[in-house]
Amino acid sequence: MRRILAILLENEAGSLSRIVGLFSQRAFNIESLTVAPTEDSSLSRITIATRGDDNVLEQIVKQVNKLIDVIKISDITDRKHIERELLLIKVLAMSDKTRTEVKRIADIFRGSIIDIGKQIYTIELTGDIDKLNAFIEILANETEIIESVRSGCVGIARGEKALRV
Amino acid sequence: METQLFTGAEMVIKALSALKVKYIFGYPGGSVLDIYDAIFQQDEIEHILVRHEQAATHMADGYTRSTGEVGVVLATSGPGATNCITGIATAYMDSIPMVVLAGQVATSLIGDDAFQETDIIGCSRPIVKHSFNCRSVEDIPNIIAKAFYIANTGRPGPVVVELPKDILIPENKAAFNINTNIKMRSYNPTSKGHPKQIKKAVKAISSAKKLVIYSGGGIVLANASQLLTKLTETLKAPITNTLMGLGGISGIHDNFVGMLGMHGSLEANKAMANADVILALGVRFDDRVTNNVNKFCPNANIIHVDIDPTSISKTINAHIPIVGLIDIVMQQLLDELAASNFKPDQQALDLWWQEIEQWRSVNSVSYVQEGSKIKPQRVIESMYKITNGEAYVCSDVGQHQMFAAQYYPFAKPRQWINSGGLGTMGFGLPAAMGVKLAFPDSHVICITGDGSIQMNIQELSTCLQYKLPVVIVTLNNRSLGMVRQWQDMVYGGRHSSSYMESIPNFVKLAEAYGHVGIQIDSLDELDEKLAQAFSIKNKLVFVDVAVDEKEHVYPMQIKTGAIDDMWIKKGVKA
Repeated sequence: MRRILAILLENEAGSLSRIVGLFSQRAFNIESLTVAPTEDSSLSRITIATRGDDNVLEQIVKQVNKLIDVIKISDITDRKHIERELLLIKVLAMSDKTRTEVKRIADIFRGSIIDIGKQIYTIELTGDIDKLNAFIEILANETEIIESVRSGCVGIARGEKALRV
Repeated sequence: METQLFTGAEMVIKALSALKVKYIFGYPGGSVLDIYDAIFQQDEIEHILVRHEQAATHMADGYTRSTGEVGVVLATSGPGATNCITGIATAYMDSIPMVVLAGQVATSLIGDDAFQETDIIGCSRPIVKHSFNCRSVEDIPNIIAKAFYIANTGRPGPVVVELPKDILIPENKAAFNINTNIKMRSYNPTSKGHPKQIKKAVKAISSAKKLVIYSGGGIVLANASQLLTKLTETLKAPITNTLMGLGGISGIHDNFVGMLGMHGSLEANKAMANADVILALGVRFDDRVTNNVNKFCPNANIIHVDIDPTSISKTINAHIPIVGLIDIVMQQLLDELAASNFKPDQQALDLWWQEIEQWRSVNSVSYVQEGSKIKPQRVIESMYKITNGEAYVCSDVGQHQMFAAQYYPFAKPRQWINSGGLGTMGFGLPAAMGVKLAFPDSHVICITGDGSIQMNIQELSTCLQYKLPVVIVTLNNRSLGMVRQWQDMVYGGRHSSSYMESIPNFVKLAEAYGHVGIQIDSLDELDEKLAQAFSIKNKLVFVDVAVDEKEHVYPMQIKTGAIDDMWIKKGVKA
């Protein structure tokens, strides 16, 4: 089962490597990982998308929590939450027909074309993993994908529930 | 008055002093020469110069295991630091607090592949509780204080502190400030068990018909053996210890049914397999205990108390998990038992003990001394008698380790010192040296084999320098006994690289290092010569005992079977 873990930890040298090392050391899976400082620059927030059964997830949460740098970890997939990922994708847009079609698909998905070249469009799209997957699949039917980059997902709980110190 | 300024090197020593450190175990080298210069100019802390950094870590480890005080290791950058890795991993696996101060090349050179540069923080990351990169002089005291706090609280473990050369040199000075009252927002180990879980546990214990207590290294680490004994006597239940937990309750206590697991007693493993409630205290359901986890104690309601939540339900599901310090939780259990007017169900207990006595009567931990060759078990029994069961026994890894665990019942915790989790050959001698340093007036034995002893034999030189008269007893079977045993049992008797063709003359070797060597070849001289070895107080004695190389360690769990599926002796199943 896919799970999204939100981790709040000390923003110190080596703390990210401890998290990454833990996952490889204990053969846990990482589907995506994002990290950045929070509004309080002494803290970092990591979002990890992972897969595993309940036992594995329990171990992941406990093992991450055991790291000295980690302040809190929460499995946000436990309850209602919002999840987003950013996609930047560069596609071939040679003919008028392709350009129109790419623009139309981007509009439908509420993506925006953020850069154009002689023969390429670069599109930005935000959404959950399914939306991004669908968008890439449809684009691939229409034109050639030159390059793409995904941020990995970030997530936050809905409502009052918050992950903070 | 002007604030006094100190170099980083001086701060290291001042900080260790403030933390009441008596010994540093280490080896000098380029990046830490400033610290060695600071050591030279003070007399509060004694430095013990080993002959290999691995031995420094094991020596600190043995010192810690016997005293409970955090051991301190000092090594230079690069090879000095990497030589510590095995010792750090050994401490990590057995939850031993340790602080390793590792030198590093100057900050400006880090990442340049400078001479003797290694990323020791990266190398040690999977085997430390935590580690620190020190990057400024003024940070040194508080980082060291934090390192001690982290190493020695919660589930203890090793902490590495990296000290680059440029923050140690005389050109760089700062004021010394240390805060030993540490509070961290990201690290707050639990102490008390949850009251609801305590109530649940007592309820389960009260209704148990076949209760067994399974206790481990956590009891020893927490100095909780008196409470454990009290709890055992209150419950009148059988108790088994893990390899790491031996001495947690006296090895000759009536309720003690022996060690459990791979080479545990039949009665211990049978009691576990047939229990309806298992009270697991400071253990981690290691694979050397459980055997096949899918067949593990199917009828048991498991209460698992441990300081580390990750140990709970990791391999075996706990029905009643309790996270907390083992001594506090045991006191909570005792209080709750008293509050609920607990009386053991005498009828059920009688039946349960009858069953256990039947298993006991098999006498699974036994051997036959036949023929002229000395049986290794016989050596341990003899040592037990000569030392009144009061010696510190530091073991290496292999058959001799299991024989010692089986045939030397430990009356007290911290008496039995071995690398249980990592199984580090070469641990025994340096560990024994650390113990002897702490307890110069006690018998300290290094029980070892002809394989293990050669993994840190260079420390005989350190023993001479610091006058550490440990008694080394080598059960010499001219082969790597445990490997050979597995090859006999599992690999069709093909002794691939398990035979030692050129064993040194250990007696002459000991003498070359300035010690006493004693050779024992026949049974009739065993007791007398061993007694002679233990009567020499001020010299290290190396006893080389030629033992029967064909002897196997029994009982032994049958691979992929349940906890109580065992070979009692060759070809005989329980």
